[in-house]
Amino acid sequence: MSFPITLTVNGVSRSLVLEDARVTLLDALRERLDLTGSKKGCDRGQCGACTVLLDGVRINACLALAVSHDGASITTIEGLADGDVLHPVQAAFVAHDGYQCGFCTPGQIMSAVGLIQEGQAGDDPERVREGMSGNLCRCGAYAGITEAVLAAQAAMNAPDVLPGGNLSEDAA
Amino acid sequence: MNRFDYVRAGSVAEAVAAHGAGAAYLASGTNLLDLMKGGVTRPERLVDISRIAGLDAVETLPDGSVRIGALVRNATLAHDPAFARTYPAVAEALLSGASAQLRNAATTAGNVLQRTRCQYFYDTASACNKREPGAGCEAIGGATRTHAVLGWSEACIATHPSDFCVPLAALGATVEIEGPAGRREIPLADFHRLPGDTPERETELAPGELIVAVRLPPDAKAFAAHSRYLKVRERTSYAFALVSAAVGLTLDGDRIGQARIALGSVALKPWRAREAENLLTGQSPSPDLFAKAADAALAGARPSGDNAAKIELARRIVVRALTLARAGTPTRIPALPASPFGA
Repeated sequence: MSFPITLTVNGVSRSLVLEDARVTLLDALRERLDLTGSKKGCDRGQCGACTVLLDGVRINACLALAVSHDGASITTIEGLADGDVLHPVQAAFVAHDGYQCGFCTPGQIMSAVGLIQEGQAGDDPERVREGMSGNLCRCGAYAGITEAVLAAQAAMNAPDVLPGGNLSEDAA
Repeated sequence: MNRFDYVRAGSVAEAVAAHGAGAAYLASGTNLLDLMKGGVTRPERLVDISRIAGLDAVETLPDGSVRIGALVRNATLAHDPAFARTYPAVAEALLSGASAQLRNAATTAGNVLQRTRCQYFYDTASACNKREPGAGCEAIGGATRTHAVLGWSEACIATHPSDFCVPLAALGATVEIEGPAGRREIPLADFHRLPGDTPERETELAPGELIVAVRLPPDAKAFAAHSRYLKVRERTSYAFALVSAAVGLTLDGDRIGQARIALGSVALKPWRAREAENLLTGQSPSPDLFAKAADAALAGARPSGDNAAKIELARRIVVRALTLARAGTPTRIPALPASPFGA
């Protein structure tokens, strides 16, 4: 049995036919739609490397069946930048060294976008760390990640502040 | 993951009709798909209930109870300001569970029905009576620091890992069910089964039955001003509880009116401590009284292995949760997310 589905991915309608209901949303994005930015880390919902926005909220794409989300809107890391202009969260990760090897980074950034939209963290680093706890970084770039999320949030709330601003000293 | 048939149900009646031997209901799948990937669960058919209309609402009923639809997301419920104000321990428990990504996906009914996190249940190379009745239990005599200290049996020493269910048990929630034989209700405190000789039977659900809602009774609001959920775990965030406690008090001048206490991750079900509640009723709160209540809550506890520390830990968590609840529900829930060191 095959399952035709349509997803709106980064604003573009994409139709595909799943030959097997076992295909996860993550595998549909990576293997069928060639969007390999979302990473397969643990594939069990523990590491957060596969984080995408599903209808605007962050989820683990590895623990969702693609067939179950026919008709959904997905935003992946590939959909954030506007051409060569980075999304404020991407710019803040660059400015604040929010990564080392980079494998977890797409998930970290998508999770940060979700966190900022949820509006639960405020400017409290402890709440940012809690809100980002579903994203593991084996390089241990957490200090930079927290700074980047706070800086990106400040920049998105006040667009004249550059996300690369020296927030680390302000926050210290 | 094994191959399976996939059927999407448009209504509860369709879902129940599509269910049969070897089938499983799929909502978000945050637990089920994980279990399937590990080969722990191998359903032949998934009946997708995630699109059923009408199961995703939080509604206040005329009698003052609140009905939480089976498909309401954990994050949606926890961040509903009116709900969190009225049932702060429930919101605090939800926000202490899993990660933000999982809370955005996981549902009310899925949380109630989540399986144990016993590592021997997850590891298909280990003997597990829950996974394969009669196979034996390799947890017994194994690594047991997270295992049960109340209500366990020689067949199974696993715990139920839900945070959400702990305040639900304390507040007297009811599970609304639909199935082949129609509608029925079960008190949440009676919904999960202790292992006994049949650890493979985890709940009172009959084959094909589906949770459609969880309901909090009218008097559950009475505890809003003095409620806490306190969770201790091995890292500050994104970990299952070693021990947790949900507490609600009503204060009548300098005396306790009613008390509600339930413990999490100490047994294969959320553990309502009624003896401890009765001991508090009508009394003047004091450290001594809270210590007596904690002793009563853990009176039947015994280690199931190398986990005697959980018993003393649970006593202290009960005392601390009572102390914090008496002081008053914090204005921001949770006071400091995930941290037992917060106010």
